Amino acid sequence: MKVLLFGVTRDIVGEAALSIPSAEAGELATVGALKAFLRHRYPALDHLSSLAVAVNKAYATDTDPLDTQDEIALIPPVSGG
Amino acid sequence: MTGSRYNRQQKLQGFGPEGQQRLERARVLVVGAGGLGVPVSQYLAAMGVGTLGIIDGDRVETSNLHRQPAYTPADVGQLKVDVLQEVLHRQNPDITIRAYPEFLEPSKVSNLLLAYDLVVDATDRIPVRYLLDDACVLRGIPWVYGALHGFEGQVSVFNYQEGPTYRCLFPKMPKAGEIPDCNTLGTLGVLPGIIGTLQALEAVKVLCGIGEVLRGKLLLYNALDQRMQAIAFPRNPQQQPRRLDANAYQYVASCGPGTGISLSEYQERKAGGEAHLLVDVREPEEFDRAHLPDAINIPLGNLKPDQPEFRQTPHIYFYCKSGSRSAQACQRLEGLLDGVTLYSIEEGMHTFFNLDNEKI
Repeated sequence: MKVLLFGVTRDIVGEAALSIPSAEAGELATVGALKAFLRHRYPALDHLSSLAVAVNKAYATDTDPLDTQDEIALIPPVSGG
Repeated sequence: MTGSRYNRQQKLQGFGPEGQQRLERARVLVVGAGGLGVPVSQYLAAMGVGTLGIIDGDRVETSNLHRQPAYTPADVGQLKVDVLQEVLHRQNPDITIRAYPEFLEPSKVSNLLLAYDLVVDATDRIPVRYLLDDACVLRGIPWVYGALHGFEGQVSVFNYQEGPTYRCLFPKMPKAGEIPDCNTLGTLGVLPGIIGTLQALEAVKVLCGIGEVLRGKLLLYNALDQRMQAIAFPRNPQQQPRRLDANAYQYVASCGPGTGISLSEYQERKAGGEAHLLVDVREPEEFDRAHLPDAINIPLGNLKPDQPEFRQTPHIYFYCKSGSRSAQACQRLEGLLDGVTLYSIEEGMHTFFNLDNEKI
């Protein structure tokens, strides 16, 4: 499972993308489970009021199912102009 | 002159004289005259949008020039909208340009939008985007979103033909300090130019009804690897139109209740003779340009609890440009200074400029 990081999530994690090995990814059945997993690993993610998640380039909610081959994107609002 | 000016784009199949006529009839409001607002308004003016409004209360600063090439060193200190209006008028004297030297406010936005068919967001403040979103939903007009973070940019078109809105994507407004801004992160000069021109393109597509508009699609651009991808997102039926409550668009400080304070309340307390320290947490060059009377300057990055001045006062009031950095200052010192109450002046210098330009 690949997780692409945008905006401040990239700064928090320190990488542009995360690769979650199949063994761990297999346990993450929904978007909500993946979010909880990432928040545990990177507690600063927990402070974000709004964080959009896309699965295979489509907006997803916490209850949407995940597959180990999915490409996920974490998209927070960005401020600059 | 008008006849030949638009010849090249009128020749373009799929745009034609009809496209030009639609641009000439269009009324577009650009919110912000900074990194995004400059390219957006320059292209919309050059291409012949009939009425272009630009709203911004900011003045040109030297640190703007690398990414806002409409301004020159001679313009530093001038209101951006005044300079930009002059630049755009010279480039295209045939269109109407309205300059609003102020910041968008909840009490005024609804009336202002009556005069426009489309809004382009070129602000650098997230709360203003929530205000724009709510106001455009109430008025039933679309808006073109653009924003930057480091080497990345986002573009979308909200509230277009029953399409989703900003709140459908990001339902809850971030708290102060959650999402860093350009003043903190820095920005590469060319990036707002790229995102701003993408926004100008979306505006033209909406106005002329051509192509596939970024409705229900968020475009993510990464300058470092030149990758672009579009994320599809739906309308959220739970997002209903809401009243434009004046207090709903301030950054909420996450440093506990009672620490946010309005500028007028601060001024009352000061007039009442309360012993206090006023700290401007902006960068030294911002402070040197203008600051509140009696303020000392400690940039947010240099803020430490053992500052000697902090020991001699029961109340410390922080302010910055827009209330974001001052809220972070409170957060940083929370619980570290015994017997001292910390306040963040929520509206920052924005309100001060609006209240009375003579004071600075």
